[in-house]
Amino acid sequence: MIEEENIDLLLNDLFDIYGYDFTRYSRASLKRRVVRLCSLDKFPSFAELRYRVRNDPSYLKRFVEEITVNVTEMFRDPSFYKSLREEVLPVLGTKPFIRIWHAGCSTGEEVYSMAILLKEANLLRRSLLYATDLNPGVLEKVRKGIFPLGLMKQYSESYIASGGTHDFSGYYTAQYGQAKFDNELSEKIIISTHNLVSDSSFNEFDLILCRNVLIYFDKDLQDRVLKLFDASLGTLGYLALGTKETLKFSAIQNKFKQLNREKIWKKIN
Amino acid sequence: MEENQLKNTCELLLIGGSAGSLEVLFKLLPLLRAGLGFPVVLVLHRRNSADSSLSDLLASKTPNPTREVEDKDPVIPGTIYLAPADYHLLIEHERTFSLDYSEKIHFSRPSIDVTFESAAEVYGSRLVAILLSGANEDGSEGLAAVKQAGGITAVQNPDTAQMPFMPHYAMTHLHVDYVFDTIQMASFINELE
Repeated sequence: MIEEENIDLLLNDLFDIYGYDFTRYSRASLKRRVVRLCSLDKFPSFAELRYRVRNDPSYLKRFVEEITVNVTEMFRDPSFYKSLREEVLPVLGTKPFIRIWHAGCSTGEEVYSMAILLKEANLLRRSLLYATDLNPGVLEKVRKGIFPLGLMKQYSESYIASGGTHDFSGYYTAQYGQAKFDNELSEKIIISTHNLVSDSSFNEFDLILCRNVLIYFDKDLQDRVLKLFDASLGTLGYLALGTKETLKFSAIQNKFKQLNREKIWKKIN
Repeated sequence: MEENQLKNTCELLLIGGSAGSLEVLFKLLPLLRAGLGFPVVLVLHRRNSADSSLSDLLASKTPNPTREVEDKDPVIPGTIYLAPADYHLLIEHERTFSLDYSEKIHFSRPSIDVTFESAAEVYGSRLVAILLSGANEDGSEGLAAVKQAGGITAVQNPDTAQMPFMPHYAMTHLHVDYVFDTIQMASFINELE
């Protein structure tokens, strides 16, 4: 059992020494992951975990990677992707150039899903996908575009459920139990670290996807990040959140209109 | 703590279940009185995120307001909450829900253990947790956490469960306070304050 004050001490260390600010993260989930890390890495006490974090910058990388949740998949919630295909991309297609930001992209499965949608809509060539995460370790995986081959059956089913009509296996090369996605997809992906807690807007986008990232933040931080998204969207741009996330009750809700049952909003002013 | 147990004070009721638990809830919910003085949180293992109609189905069985949780919803007494498919459900100290898409626990997301453990930290001895039918080990550690925090633990009588493994596993791993069939469970809940 780790006391609340101990978590506070650890979060202060992380901010003071490394500049990572986790103080506005949802505490229950954060604490659970700290406890989990203590047991995974067999620290006999919380104090020892804290000592290691304070004094071993190389351990910090693992700490951040384990504390932030990096579970993701391709074409998760197929009806969401179907809505992107049928309602959002046709509108974006009227623009000469399309900029899309995947904020908190983790290992990039959603970025590659999006690149596939764009390719099928004949928009990939005039699109750029910005993939950002606070965690440099996961971004390395986005760059490589290599995912476990064993997951491809499920991804292929979700792809089809999203309205995909091509042969999904045509998008990757299987080797040594891995699926390497085509360079044609990855060369349109621009990868960079960006911390939603501390970094500011860096471009103007037509579509921002940030799915299942805000759930890890408290209300105040959610509001701040939503304002950042608002400031980073052009007029009539789109914002997409996870299926259980909402703009309701946020400071920016009046500037957006929800498209349909999917968690996609259009900026109206 | 002992005193609270005697009075059966309840600030939150947790019900966890897996295979075979839905039919228990379909029987149990209509037996519960309207206007429960505490929130009820249901954590059920289910197949995918497409069947959001489950909360409507459950709502049709009870006069108490019933809804699937969205991120940061406040935990309000009298409401029956359903953990959304494919997310872990946690409770914050300020009595709001938060969701989490981290690794499955016991092959399950939502995991009963995760919600029960998180609620135990917040509600301590003012918590009642019930584990229903199911075919895996999820829920036992959560019940243990509730018990350790001074809360009340109960399981569905394995003899009445379609899948007895889950309640039985809990009974063999900790001393649960009550073993109920559906009727007993309903009257126990209706008498909680």
